Amino acid sequence: MKVKLKVWRQRNADTPGRFVVYDTPELNPNMSFLEMLDVVNEQLTLQGEEPIAFDHDCREGICGTCSLVINGKPHGPQRGVATCQTYLRSFRDGDEILVEPFRARPFPLVKDLVVGRQAFDRIMTAGGFISVRTGSAPDAHAIPVPKEAAERAMDAAACIGCGACVAVCKNASAMLFVSAKVSQFGLLPQGQPERYRRVAAMVEQMDREGFGACTVTGSCEAVCPKRISLDFIARMNRDYGVALLRGA
Amino acid sequence: MKLLARLFRSTLGQKYLMAGSGGVLVLFVVGHLVGNLQFFLPPAALNRYGHLLQSNVEVLWLVRLTLLAVVLLHIVMAIRLWASNRAARPVAYASSATSYGASLSSRTMLVSGLVVVAFLGYHLLHFTVRVESINGTPVAFHQLREPGTGYYDVFAMVVAGFQVWPVALFYGVGVGLLSFHLTHGVAALFQSLGGRNPVYAPVIRKAAHGLAAFLLLGYLSIPTAVLFGRGNDYLKHVVEHNARRLAQAPPGEEVAR
Ligand code: HEM
Ligand code: FES
Repeated sequence: MKVKLKVWRQRNADTPGRFVVYDTPELNPNMSFLEMLDVVNEQLTLQGEEPIAFDHDCREGICGTCSLVINGKPHGPQRGVATCQTYLRSFRDGDEILVEPFRARPFPLVKDLVVGRQAFDRIMTAGGFISVRTGSAPDAHAIPVPKEAAERAMDAAACIGCGACVAVCKNASAMLFVSAKVSQFGLLPQGQPERYRRVAAMVEQMDREGFGACTVTGSCEAVCPKRISLDFIARMNRDYGVALLRGA
Repeated sequence: MKLLARLFRSTLGQKYLMAGSGGVLVLFVVGHLVGNLQFFLPPAALNRYGHLLQSNVEVLWLVRLTLLAVVLLHIVMAIRLWASNRAARPVAYASSATSYGASLSSRTMLVSGLVVVAFLGYHLLHFTVRVESINGTPVAFHQLREPGTGYYDVFAMVVAGFQVWPVALFYGVGVGLLSFHLTHGVAALFQSLGGRNPVYAPVIRKAAHGLAAFLLLGYLSIPTAVLFGRGNDYLKHVVEHNARRLAQAPPGEEVAR
């Protein structure tokens, strides 16, 4: 199969960008979307042109590095998968595919389809951790964890921090990400001592980065490659309220 | 003080204020409807109720000013959040926005809210302040007195007001948008205040739609009944009674009142 790509090209943040159309060579429908970009880039390189810059790392849906808004949806047409797990068989021969970078003020454009997502790292640094005594590993069963808490914490921890929630939200809100990260610690016994300090610090860092507020449209949940639930946002709202009252 | 600053500055704090003020308004809108449904009892019931609400000036103004403050808070927060949400995406997508999983009501809250507030302004001028030039009726609202008691005749006013069909239609639009605002608003309220979990989520959604439907049908029932003739004879009776009363009154009485 072959497709026509309409890709956002921009040399750097200071140069204006534009869409450029590329006709791909013959492709295998079982290629991933990123492999297709590799093929196009190989061709561009041979022609002496600048290859398309895009983010990727694990290519198996666990690192959260790949991004892209494909025909208006972050991570392409399928639900519950990242761009690296999106395959050309989800498209038809001859399709024109629009490929854009994630758009949000806190995600500054670096080059072509690459945006900086360090804002997420700064939110994690503000409180997304558990302070522990370093040294020898503690006994695995030293702290009992209720199964229910372990499972819900695991659901939250499934968030790979890709930023698709921000990209799709009409308000560019990061609440799904932040709430998942607040909850993955806050649901576990080990996360209790810093529970309220953590949520306050992470929410306030999120605000400083300039993300929008949640209007509960639910788009984030719908495009999340890990299907993180809106319930975590409610949980974060609850915890932040308690944190405010406690002066945390 | 620090608490207040964080409440008003953080996105989550602003959402609490949005949801809290919205919640108070929902309670008001429900109470207002339950009171108004006395329209389907004999006229004396609604008139007694109107008199009860109007007669204690201190309580009346306490409630009015509180509601005004709540509405202003709701609007100010809505506009502030809207502005910061817009600022968070300075460059738009080229692909036309598709609303993955987002309902129409959730994407149009500001618009539906602003139309509701415009409607509210008209409603207050129409039935509370009683600006005669905007009601389009042949009878002057402020002359309507209940024959037996001399109370202000709310029932007759409602009948006269809604007999003007363009006004009734505008009410339909206002109430329709209010219900639309609340299909999303009530569910969002629970989310913003943290009262949602996997068990409650579907219940909350259904309850929000149920409440919005109750408000819509309840509020629409009154103008609809009027357009089908309810209260027409009573209104004629009151108008005649008032004409006689005003004809007998010594000159200047109307002004002194
Ligand atoms: C009787 C009048 C009104 C009622 C009962 C009402 C009720 C509500 C409720 C319950 C919410 C949900 C709060 C939340 O997001 O957690 C809400 C949200 C909202 N309302 Fe209203 N509202 C009213 C009037 C208005 C007006 C006049 C405006 C216009 C400025 C407005 C604009 C909004 C906006 C923008 C939201 C935000 C939705 C969101 O962020 O999810 N509302 N309203
Ligand atoms: S490249 Fe790691 S998740 Fe897609």
